[in-house]
Amino acid sequence: MSATDPILRLESVSKHFGGLRVVEDLNLAVRRGVRTALIGPNGAGKTTVFNLITGVFPVDAGRILLDGVDITATPSHLRIGHGIARSFQNIRLMPHLSTLENVMVGQHCRNRGVRGVLQPVNLVPRNRWREGARAALVDAGLIEYERSTVGNLPYGVQKRIELVRALMAQPRLLLLDEPAAGLNPTETEALQAQLEKICIGGLTVLVVEHDMHFVGALCEDVIVLDFGRKIAEGSPEDIRRDPLVQEIYLGAPVAQPMERHSARSA
Amino acid sequence: MSGYLEGVLVLLAVNVVFAYGGFLPLAAGQLNLGLAGFAAIGAYSSAYLSNVFKLPPLIAIAFAGIVAGAVALIVAVPVLRTRGIYLALATFALGQIVQAIILNLEVVGGAAGYPVAAFIRLPAIAATAAVVVALVWLLFSTRFGIAVTAVHDDETVADLMGIDVRAFQVAAFALGSAIAGVGGGLYAHHFSFIEAQYFNISLSITIVLYVLLGGTQTVIGPLLGAAVFTLLPEVLRASANWRYVAFAAALIVLMALRPEGLVTGAQLRRLLGLARAQPRHAAVAAALPKEPSG
Repeated sequence: MSATDPILRLESVSKHFGGLRVVEDLNLAVRRGVRTALIGPNGAGKTTVFNLITGVFPVDAGRILLDGVDITATPSHLRIGHGIARSFQNIRLMPHLSTLENVMVGQHCRNRGVRGVLQPVNLVPRNRWREGARAALVDAGLIEYERSTVGNLPYGVQKRIELVRALMAQPRLLLLDEPAAGLNPTETEALQAQLEKICIGGLTVLVVEHDMHFVGALCEDVIVLDFGRKIAEGSPEDIRRDPLVQEIYLGAPVAQPMERHSARSA
Repeated sequence: MSGYLEGVLVLLAVNVVFAYGGFLPLAAGQLNLGLAGFAAIGAYSSAYLSNVFKLPPLIAIAFAGIVAGAVALIVAVPVLRTRGIYLALATFALGQIVQAIILNLEVVGGAAGYPVAAFIRLPAIAATAAVVVALVWLLFSTRFGIAVTAVHDDETVADLMGIDVRAFQVAAFALGSAIAGVGGGLYAHHFSFIEAQYFNISLSITIVLYVLLGGTQTVIGPLLGAAVFTLLPEVLRASANWRYVAFAAALIVLMALRPEGLVTGAQLRRLLGLARAQPRHAAVAAALPKEPSG
């Protein structure tokens, strides 16, 4: 497989909730090893796309291919084993587990069998998995929170723990749902540094984000959704100049005809 | 040892076993109100095995656990399709069905009750209870404990993290039922007589109370809950008939003050963290390059 070959492809994917067409005949490809942003106004269907990729909801029509393998019918709990891990828009850490245990939840897909499940991870002092999780926390500069109850930690720290948890699955494709939302500028910078570090290994990242500065700094590709359809894609500069995107985000009238947009998305 | 004291301690050991039967499903976020039914299955099957097949009591009791667990595994498929309050109702109905079947089962005495010939005393019962506590503690220091708590906290995310939510719920339900069956077997072989009426809904509710009041987040919670709520009524015995009023009042006060139970995970981590892990952390943190705060 060549490096430009897409790691993830959505082919004519549709999802309706009752009469509401949340995602409509969506085709998109995420290039391998590239950081791609999925942007669009509220209600554009960005999180739904994530939920379809990870299998929270089944698709109504279309196919989802990961590395050329059709995972449309794969049960949600097996998809992480195929290499898809994600974070969540609102922090979804386990409130009754410590930071370290939350991170260890991310390792679950790597030892799913009865023997893996019955590994005494909290009993043997130098257990391989426990040490692996601790090393990841050390790497992320979060080891001081190892034993803390996650609910009491600052918001930015919780977001970064969620990221470490997702990485423990050793994914090929990492989906991040608004990682910078609600962070202060310092926290955003720390997150960006953490993401840059992760991506050195060639991990593919698909990120839903509103902060265009963050997108511009982090991502090489941008895909724009509106009302569940793809309306534009390209580099962050292209997208910023795209009149249709400007209209959607800023409400400005379309100054020029739309050839540019159709040329890009063709 | 006086007969009274031995009786109280036996009851304590049996209740501790029952409490762990209730703890396993609750740790996975399920309220099992059919525990008394599984205790009854354990009591009757162990009694039958030791009466008819002359098995030694402890072996009969071990088998009784397996029988109760197997029944739970079979009924788990339809019962665990329901959730929340409906799961509670379905398991409640299950307990009633077991009770009704035993009442009509002449081979174990039906409504007249069933005498048990073999007899075990406090040491055997206490040892069995200790083994049950140790096994549950061991189980919860494996990845099983983390996965079950994850299922309890957030099923959707647990599922997306690769945890087979349903498999863990069924496992917790079946293991809990097996433990309740062992508790029933212990009860049968000490009190020498069992009747279906004993294994009623109020037994199930009492077991669930032990766990909820002790705390569902740590393995120590059910032990503490069962101990406090077996011994408290005995301590209050001096006040004669008012003791139940005092007991109920104590329950309400406790629920108001500690809604997550007597022992919580955070509290335990804090205690252990201060006692043991802090110096090691400090050493690790000192060796680290300074990270930007955030």
